[in-house]
Parts: sequence; C-alpha cells; structure tokens
Amino acid sequence: MKTESRKDKLQRMLRMMILIRRLEEKSAELYSATKIRGFLHLYNGEEGVAVGVMETLTPEDAVVATYREHGQALAKGIGAGAIMAEMFGKQEGCSRGRGGSMHLFDAATRFYGGNAIVGGGLPLSVGLALADKMQGKSRVTCCFFGDGAVAEGEFHESMNLASLWKLPVLFLCENNLYAMGTSIRYTQAVQELAAKGAGYGVPSAAVDGMDILAVEEAARIAAEHVRGGNGPYFLECRTYRLRPHSMFDTEQYRTRDEVEEWKKRDPIDLFIQRIKDEGIWDEAEYVAMESDVAEEIKAAVAFAEAGTMEPVEDLTRFVYAEGGRP
Amino acid sequence: MSEQPEARITTYREAVREAIREALMKDERVFLMGEDVGHYGGCYAVSKGLLAEFGPERIRDTPLSESAFVGAGIGAALGGMRPIVEVMTVNFSLLALDQILNNAATLLHMSGGQFNVPLVIRMATGAGKQLAAQHAHSLEGWYAHIPGIRVLSPATIEDARGMLWSALLNPDPVIIFENNTLYNLEGELPADAGAVDIDRARVLRHGEALTIITYSASLHKSLEAAERLALEGIEAEVIDLRTLRPLDDATYLASIAKTHRALIVDEGWRSGSISAEISARIMEQAFYDLDLPVSRLCSAEVPIPYAKHLEDAAIPQVDSIMAEARRMVRHG
Ligand SMILES: Cc1ncc(C[n+]2csc(CCOP(=O)(O)OP(=O)(O)O)c2C)c(N)n1
Ligand SMILES: [Mg+2]
Repeated sequence: MKTESRKDKLQRMLRMMILIRRLEEKSAELYSATKIRGFLHLYNGEEGVAVGVMETLTPEDAVVATYREHGQALAKGIGAGAIMAEMFGKQEGCSRGRGGSMHLFDAATRFYGGNAIVGGGLPLSVGLALADKMQGKSRVTCCFFGDGAVAEGEFHESMNLASLWKLPVLFLCENNLYAMGTSIRYTQAVQELAAKGAGYGVPSAAVDGMDILAVEEAARIAAEHVRGGNGPYFLECRTYRLRPHSMFDTEQYRTRDEVEEWKKRDPIDLFIQRIKDEGIWDEAEYVAMESDVAEEIKAAVAFAEAGTMEPVEDLTRFVYAEGGRP
Repeated sequence: MSEQPEARITTYREAVREAIREALMKDERVFLMGEDVGHYGGCYAVSKGLLAEFGPERIRDTPLSESAFVGAGIGAALGGMRPIVEVMTVNFSLLALDQILNNAATLLHMSGGQFNVPLVIRMATGAGKQLAAQHAHSLEGWYAHIPGIRVLSPATIEDARGMLWSALLNPDPVIIFENNTLYNLEGELPADAGAVDIDRARVLRHGEALTIITYSASLHKSLEAAERLALEGIEAEVIDLRTLRPLDDATYLASIAKTHRALIVDEGWRSGSISAEISARIMEQAFYDLDLPVSRLCSAEVPIPYAKHLEDAAIPQVDSIMAEARRMVRHG
C-alpha cells in the first residue's frame, strides 16, 4: 500500500470537514424550505472532533452517536445522499425515512445510530464492546456523547462497567459547554469532565477540540489503548457549537459576543492556517475542492428529491423481524 | 392593582405559565425544577421569564439527571416543600420511572400511611411534529396503570390554567401531561380562572348519536370531527376524560346510556392502553346499554416514524374519527 503524503492526508481531512460544514448549511436551508422537518441539530464548529477521531478508527470499528450526528455519519462513510434522503423522509434514506436527522443508522459502516435519548447510546456501546471481547474481536466501539450526557447515570454506570470488564470502548465526549441552553457551570460540580474517569479507573485525557490534529493525536493514543485490550478510555474534546442547539433555539442563554469569540477559533479556519503554516497549501486545489464538495452536496439533494415515499401500507413494518425466526 | 378584563384570549402555554406563577406567589414552598427551565426559558418556552422574576432558588436548572432530580423532588416533597418537577418529555421520564413508580407511588403505602408525597410532575407528550420514535410517544396510559399517583391530561386552556393548583393541593403525587401540539392553542380564559376540579370528566359537546371518549390532543380532533359530522346529521357527544387516573366512569357511562354507542379515541398504542381499560369498564358496567361493540381508534402498533405521511397514518386523525363514527351510526 502506498503511504499517503502529508499533504494528501491533510487535504483529505479538510475536505471531510468542509463536506460536513456544507451539508449542515444546506440542511439548515432545506429546513427553512420545510423539506427537512422534526428536530435538526447541526454540527458547525465541532467538525474537527468527528473527523479527527475517525482518522484513528478502522471500517471494522463501531460508532455510536447522538442526535447531532451528521458529521460522524459522513466521516464514518455514510453517503451524503443517503443522509439527505433520510432527512427528507424518503425510503432511500439510510434509515428508510423512519428515523430522520436524529436517527441515522448504517449496518455496512457499523454506524449504530443516531440516539436521541441523552446518554442512551452509552450502555449500548458497552454491549457492543462486550460482544467483541467475548468473540475475540479486537475492534473499537467509539461512543460519542455530549457534556450533558455526563450528568446522566448511564454515563457513570457505563464507565464503571466497561472498566470493570475491561471492554474496548472509546468514550468520546464532545464538551461544547452547553446542554441545550444550560451552561455546564450550572450543571456540573466538577467541570473538568476528564477528571471523572479517575473514579472508575478509566484513563482519561482532555484535548482542544477545535484543533483537528490535536484531536487526532489524542484519539490515536486512546484508540490504541482500547484496541490493545487495555480496557476503555475517556477522551474529552473541548469544542463549541457555533449554531443554536436546534432550529427552535432562540439562544437567550449566551451572548452574541461569546459566539463571535469562538468563531475566531473555527476549526476549519484553524486547520487551513495550520496547513498554510506547514507550507503545503495550494489555493487552486482548495478552490477545486470546494466546488467538488458543492457538487457532492448538490447530488445528495438531487438524490433526496428523487427519492420515494414508503407506501403507507408498510406503516407497521420493522416492528418485529420479517420472515419469522431464523 | 390594575383592573381585570372580563375574559381574555390567551394560549395554552401562557395558561400553564400563569398557573406556575400563581403557585409560586401563593405558596413559598413551591419551586420549579427541571432541565432548561431557567436560563433557556423552558424547552417549550413555558417557564420563560420566571427565572428573572423568582430567581435561581425557585426556578432551578438541573443537570440531565432525570432519575436524580425527580427523586430529589420526591425527597423535597417529603421534606415539606411543594416541588413542581418538569420533565422535558414523557420519553425522558422513563429514566425516572423507577423513582416515580418505586418511590413516589409507593412510599405512602409502604410507610403505613405516614409519608405523603405531595409532588407535581409536569411533562410534555404526544406526536405530530415529526420528532420520530424517541420523542413522540404518548405514555399517559402507562402512568395511569400505577396506583398511588394521579394522572391529569389538560386538553383545554382552562384546564392548563387550573389543574396545576388543584394538583398542588392534592396530598399525593400528580403527573400532568401537556401535549406538545397544544402549547400554541389559543382560546378564551375567564378573568377569574383558577383551580378546577380534577376528579371528573367533562362533556364538551352534547349529542345523541354516539359518545366519543377521548383526552389530550385527540379531544380537539374529536371536536372537529363532531362538528363536521353534525353537517351530515350525526350529533356526537364528546367527552374529555381530563383525569386518566382515577377514571371518572360515571360521566361516560351516563352518556352511553343515552347514545348506546361508544368510540374511544386514544393517541396511545392500542394493546394494554387506557382505551382498553375504558372499553373493559364499559363492558363490565354498561354492556346492555350498547347497540354495538365499543370501538377504539388508537395509535398504530409501531414506534412513531419520522416521515410525515407515516406519522400522520400512525395516529388518530379527524378523518379516521369521522369514518369510524359514520360506520358505527350506520351499523345500528
Ligand atoms: C434523557 C433526555 N433528557 C433530555 C433530553 C432533551 N435534550 C436533547 S439534547 C439536550 C442537551 C444535551 O446536551 P449535550 O449532551 O451536551 O449534547 P449537545 O447537544 O451539546 O451536543 C437535551 C436536554 C433528551 N433528548 N434526553
Ligand atoms: Mg453539549
């Protein structure tokens, strides 16, 4: 296998970040156009986390994510078209239109959702890892969750259980300082979330989530620890969501100044600067990349538009396994 | 004091907010706690402005710890306070189900009558906004299964305004379900609106042809269906259950004695539902009053899907209520 050049690698990572950003922008637009409905939670500002972490995972590794999961889904390999069609409620979507934005699923890429119960994915990831361990598979299950989830009992129960049984779970906390509209300072007695691992004997670290290369480096250490059969690891990525919590949020709880301040640390801008600093920036290639991404998004929307509605007669399908018992 | 107008137009959301404000002002033991009730202003903007008015001691933002803060509400109630605990939606209340069932509902009994739990829990419920299978279920019927708690389902603005104070006066734990599709409902509220009865169902529309028994958002669909059926010469009686536990049998039985036809409209799943309970009670107590079997319109037995056409098809709608009412009237 030919090793990828540094320049190619960074460009590939940048392209994924930009693809996520453009998908989110398009989703917001299509929400206003009422093509997408329900709850829509965008990932703008947090792209460096999903893309940085995914660099360290293999296709065989599993991902469990939250309702803010378009970025993880794209980075894990679900196509933009299947995601867009899902948000359109079309049966060509990755969950046949049954799930919507919050419930992207894909068996082929081992993407176990899209969970919209805060903390709900954590015990699930413990179980996936248990199955791997019991079957002698050295795979990682990476569970993404927010700072809000750290307050749920399921976080604490899952950390303890994974540590007790030395299970291959990478607990990946995206600490964006807010759970909906409530700042972490009103909800956590100890706001350094990474400190919580100690109580469960889970090695932990915190990293600047706006710096994709720092995320990648920290995630690599974490993933190697987990893959090596040493039990779980807890990585806290400190990040910020640049858009409202969802499309219904009027953002009364934070100031415009605060958001503007964080925009200066937009992970995409920081990464571009970093590539420039390394002297491997190519403006023409960047322009070509942007138009390539624009094409991909356009094709995704066209795919979703052309998608079909599942017949109403099929309403009660997928409640029980079809075809009876195996 | 400024002069009160006779009656005014308000919304369901504002009615709930007013009820909370009134309770906070009337009784210093009352406080509100839950996720995003303070700085965010409430997930459905119900508690907007209350933090500024009453301060963080009485409008308490909690972490995402449903089991802990519902349990803390139970403890505070035991300890002499009158907490109003807001759980964002019924779906998330399942994380606190242990506290609700194993503590709130049982402490009085287990303690041989020593410890009351005067706790009020409010939560949103219901489908209709394409929120998919983890945000759209109607589980009121489950809660109505539990002895030891009272379950309220305000569907009208008057009840949204009045049930909270009545619940706070109640010595037992009370759960109030607010259907999320009703918050923007507009209507008139009398100037002297206040506490309402929480024991009885209410006949909201009189008719002779059949009895439609319903609650929550389905009440409004049933009323609309009844108005349209009237144009076809079918006069339906529509009953708002209001309280799902304890059920007020007398009101719907009296209606059935007159109409001889009973249709139950319930946004919960059919199997093991509150509609099943009501149907059984009608069979037990009014079997010989019926011209034809009780009929039920419920949610399809499927987790609520995201896609709009499927979600619409999954829950009772005006058209399906009309069709079923017509069938029943033609039948006998
Ligand atoms: C158990 C549960 N309680 C409440 C909610 C409502 N809710 C949805 S997202 C959210 C905030 C979660 O914040 P965090 O975990 O930090 O993730 P973020 O949205 O910041 O990515 C809340 C309160 C929910 N979905 N599940
Ligand atoms: Mg957060």
